[in-house]
Amino acid sequence: MESPAKKPNTRGILDWFDPRGRQVGGWGFILNRLTAIGLTVYLYLHLVMLGKLAQGPEAYDSFIAFAKQPLIMFGEMLVIIGGLYHGLNGVRIALNSFGVAVPAQKQLLYGVLGLTLVGSLIFGLRMLAAH
Amino acid sequence: MSEEKWTVNFVVYRKKGDGEPHYQTFTLEVSPDEYVIDGVERIWAFHDRSLVFAHACHHSTCGACGMRVNGVEKLTCITRIRDVTKNGGTLRIEPLRNFPVISDLVVDMSRLYVGMDKVHAPAVHPLSLAPLEGEGIKPPRDVPMDGGKEYLRLADCIECGLCISACPVAGTAEEYLGPAVLAAAQLQGLKRAPDLAEVVDCVDGVWRCHSAYECTAVCPSNVDPGWRIMDLRRQVLAQRIKRWFGGA
Ligand code: HEM
Ligand code: SF4
Ligand code: FES
Repeated sequence: MESPAKKPNTRGILDWFDPRGRQVGGWGFILNRLTAIGLTVYLYLHLVMLGKLAQGPEAYDSFIAFAKQPLIMFGEMLVIIGGLYHGLNGVRIALNSFGVAVPAQKQLLYGVLGLTLVGSLIFGLRMLAAH
Repeated sequence: MSEEKWTVNFVVYRKKGDGEPHYQTFTLEVSPDEYVIDGVERIWAFHDRSLVFAHACHHSTCGACGMRVNGVEKLTCITRIRDVTKNGGTLRIEPLRNFPVISDLVVDMSRLYVGMDKVHAPAVHPLSLAPLEGEGIKPPRDVPMDGGKEYLRLADCIECGLCISACPVAGTAEEYLGPAVLAAAQLQGLKRAPDLAEVVDCVDGVWRCHSAYECTAVCPSNVDPGWRIMDLRRQVLAQRIKRWFGGA
């Protein structure tokens, strides 16, 4: 019975990320998945860097000099924004999964976005001040 | 109906057999107060008799006319042209996603029906067995109540499949039971139907959902499957916690 024509009509992984026609909850899902992938890639890079630092003080100093480049700081900012969003949204999903506040999922998502914005601004200003 | 006339380009998905899908444009003069299905029927009647699409009731009861209209799942028999495009605008008409296409706009919805059978909610059953009231179910606050006693609109799923099409993960998880099926399980409740626990407490059951709530956004029948999946999760978790503490 299985023939190629029986394959479901889907673009597979592309459909995870296509925001067209989707609504508030769907955008939340897309952002969560993108930030999850971003954080995982960052975690990998972070561990590689930590491995380098174990090689001694020179390696550490050159890394710190490297990390002060604007592009790297911009990247760090993305990690903070992504991490805040992903973590806060994780709490939203966990609450919903216990059956809590599901009818308010949209409002919760707006709250998550708002807190992410505020948290990112505070972090960004501190980062600039420390620079 | 107003006398107003609009010119609308219907960009229609076409696919026959194993052939490559393509889009065909039909420019129609319509009244904006007509429904999308009216345009599709007119294409079939006056332009191309080979166009395959499905409908029956024309009043949001049979669930046969679901399509993607400009990328959003709609029951085309209740979707007014005025609400989804403008004069001179375009209507992109595509079959539902995440089901195999049989021909043009018609998909094979076996996935949904097989799932419904798995949770003992077959398409046809005697009225005496219809799960009209669930035990221990707390419907969302916006579900209208009948004299404060009975919740209305609990058994409203018309099996249109819009929710499965809208779900962003149903395409990459072919075995996922999907929103309508999980909603049917939730409606019965694990207390009343404990055997459903093993059907829904698995990777392709309640745990496959990634909380995009697109099912709820497109459901034309106020089933709120997103809420029901989460409520079913709650029931599954409650059952597990009870078991940990030595309960039945
Ligand atoms: C701050 C604490 C965090 C919380 C509360 C959290 C919570 C969650 C939750 C609830 C999900 C499931 C989402 C869904 O159902 O779709 C999830 C998915 C995921 N998380 Fe996190 N997370 C956190 C931090 C992280 C970090 C630091 C990483 C990576 C280094 C990460 C990587 C992932 C990945 C890869 C997924 C799967 C993505 C998906 O299914 O779309 N998470 N997280
Ligand atoms: S839950 Fe709603 S969208 Fe899904 S099949 Fe039933 S009526 Fe259609
Ligand atoms: S034709 Fe029956 S629901 Fe649209």
